[in-house]
Amino acid sequence: MNNSFSAADLDFQQQVRAFFEIEFTPELRARANDGRDVKGVAVEWQKKLYAKGWVAPGWPKELGGTGWTPVQKFIFETERCNAGAPDVVPFGLKMVAPVIIHFGNDEQKARFLPRILKSEDWWCQGYSEPGSGSDLAALQTKAEKDGDHYVVNGAKIWTTYAQYADWIFCLVRTGNFEKRQQGISFVLIDMKSKGVTVNPIHSIDNHHSLNEVVFDNVRVPVENLIGQEHQGWTYAKALLAHERTSIAEVSNSKRNLAEIIELAKQQTNHKGRLIDDPHFQQRLSDIEIELMALEYMDLRVLASMSAGDTPGPEASLLKIKGTEIQQALQELRMETIGAYSASLRVDEFQNELHREGSSSRKEYMYGRAATIYGGSNEVQRNVIAKAVLGL
Amino acid sequence: MNFEFNEEQMMLKDSIVKWAQDNYSFEQRAVSRNNDEGFSRKHWATFAELGWLSVPFAEEYGGYGGGVVDLAAITQEFGKVLITEPITPTLILFGGALSASVDDNVKTQLIPQIIEGGLLGALAVYEPQSRFDVSNIKTSATASGDVYVLTGSKSVVLGGGVADQLLVLARTSGEQNDETGLSLFLVDANANGVTRSPYELMDGQRAADINFDNAVGQLVSELDQAYEPLMNVIETASVAMCAEASGIMETLNRTTVEYTKTRKQFGVPISSFQALQHRMVDTFMAYEQVKSLLVGTLCELSDENTSVLRASKVVAALRTLVAKNGKLIGDEAIQLHGGMGLTDELTVGHYVKRMMMINLMFGNADFYQDKFNQLSYGQS
Repeated sequence: MNNSFSAADLDFQQQVRAFFEIEFTPELRARANDGRDVKGVAVEWQKKLYAKGWVAPGWPKELGGTGWTPVQKFIFETERCNAGAPDVVPFGLKMVAPVIIHFGNDEQKARFLPRILKSEDWWCQGYSEPGSGSDLAALQTKAEKDGDHYVVNGAKIWTTYAQYADWIFCLVRTGNFEKRQQGISFVLIDMKSKGVTVNPIHSIDNHHSLNEVVFDNVRVPVENLIGQEHQGWTYAKALLAHERTSIAEVSNSKRNLAEIIELAKQQTNHKGRLIDDPHFQQRLSDIEIELMALEYMDLRVLASMSAGDTPGPEASLLKIKGTEIQQALQELRMETIGAYSASLRVDEFQNELHREGSSSRKEYMYGRAATIYGGSNEVQRNVIAKAVLGL
Repeated sequence: MNFEFNEEQMMLKDSIVKWAQDNYSFEQRAVSRNNDEGFSRKHWATFAELGWLSVPFAEEYGGYGGGVVDLAAITQEFGKVLITEPITPTLILFGGALSASVDDNVKTQLIPQIIEGGLLGALAVYEPQSRFDVSNIKTSATASGDVYVLTGSKSVVLGGGVADQLLVLARTSGEQNDETGLSLFLVDANANGVTRSPYELMDGQRAADINFDNAVGQLVSELDQAYEPLMNVIETASVAMCAEASGIMETLNRTTVEYTKTRKQFGVPISSFQALQHRMVDTFMAYEQVKSLLVGTLCELSDENTSVLRASKVVAALRTLVAKNGKLIGDEAIQLHGGMGLTDELTVGHYVKRMMMINLMFGNADFYQDKFNQLSYGQS
């Protein structure tokens, strides 16, 4: 039993660390933290990663991937979090690209993949619908064949950053079969098509990232169908098993914990420094101890992936525990800052604590999404009950 | 990176599983558990023959030369079948303290006897006023020629009733609560001035309160410097017990899932209820957390680059997690078994009681979490 990286991996770690130190500049960090230029920052950062050849670690090497081992991917993610650098926007690079790579034809690969790699197209995901959340197979958006086009009608919801998107990948119903999972197809839709409307949804963090996307007789060329008609569910499921290496977000949570400790050293309450308050320490260690366990849970999965295993229900476990810990930390961070968390907007008249408080509250509010998206934690519990416990 | 037990450790585990299948059913266990000593001397002799009693001892004394990972490998299996034989008192506590002794003659003489199964021991540390504080020691040891005489009281000494030899922590200088001034003494359990009152614990193990009235003891630690080596022994024992607890948790969860699949109410197996399924998922996750932190702790303790502070922090975290999650798993196991969970006939309650015992040894959840807080965030 040992938990150490090989010498080659440690060497790789140094390279990655150096890259983030140089390329994730203070100017870029400031703009990323400011949060107003989401698209501009993401595109600029992803182009830097692309120039280094590191923008798509999950892709096959011949298509622009890195050829990294699971451990190397893990190290990259860890160093990225430690540097405070943003993840790539996942919809193109991590979500639609693997489906195109595995199930698309050569023409589709040539048409879409290079543009995704270079961050020339912005993608969004069209899965959930107003009537279909955790029960994804209940989706109703219809695509009817009309000559060499599909005519799409329906609505998708919770579509993150649809307002910036050039393309949306959608699950649509192309047929009705006894089994609801059949008759679903995976299509790519140009957001500039006639009949596509994006309605903003303002969320409780006073921010606009979510949208409803409505399709009204949208004509989609049949060559935008990925794989076989009616088989989209299989592709979407295969995609869900992809990119599981950082689902627990251990590094982010470790970073957040360390920052909370620093904040608590500066904050005082009626008895002295907040960090010395036994009640506060108890809350902190309730989380830190679980985080230590999560870190080793994550490493155990990594070790088994390195040995060639595909993660199964362990991913659900990491998702549940990872998101519970993230939320607990978000709450504690907000409370550590105290009344400044009430600050709605950050402007130049306010001090550093206003900024810290406001952004912590924002993260706390939007952080509620983590236990809902990607399969709610209750659905994940169903997965574990079935797969592991045989219930 | 590798979080699995190695081949030798797996063989060791397999040998315990195989032996237990043939000799340690719940009914068979009850027979030895209920005799006067609370365990079977015959089994103990078998453990010696199979080499299990040699695991933690250095090769120079005839041992297997195992470390904390090897120890955890075997206690995890012992936990699954609720061994009542005195592995913890003799092998881990007495044996651990003996191995940490600076007296080579004593080690050369006694360790082979433990390995052969001929010697039972106990480690007498805590006193009526100590609670979980190893430095809170009143028992005194005074030099008298070549030996020392000990006077004082020790409470809940695990395996103290059947022990042939005792290792006793006593004060040779300083004030009560001082960490320095404590020394370790070997005392013949049947010597003049040693009075033992043995009793049964809730999980079937045996313990004793022991009174020393000018009993003769032999110094086996550095004079006044026994505190730190003893804390290391307790740390190792803690991890071994957490491994035992992980075996208990796994068994409790498995038993509970199986039970809910067979128990029918409202015309269906109760395992079909989502409210119960999610509770069983939560106890499964609680076990996985423990298993993960356990292997992490084993890795860190086996790594010579791990600092003393980090090691103590990880062990404190593990003990806290085991105590909390063990309680959750135990409580849920009883609840999901319904009324049957309250019966002595089912195994569930027996596993729960052993878990409760483990969570009382050397410190409970509050004690270890407080220790973790101090190590991590400073004195509160």
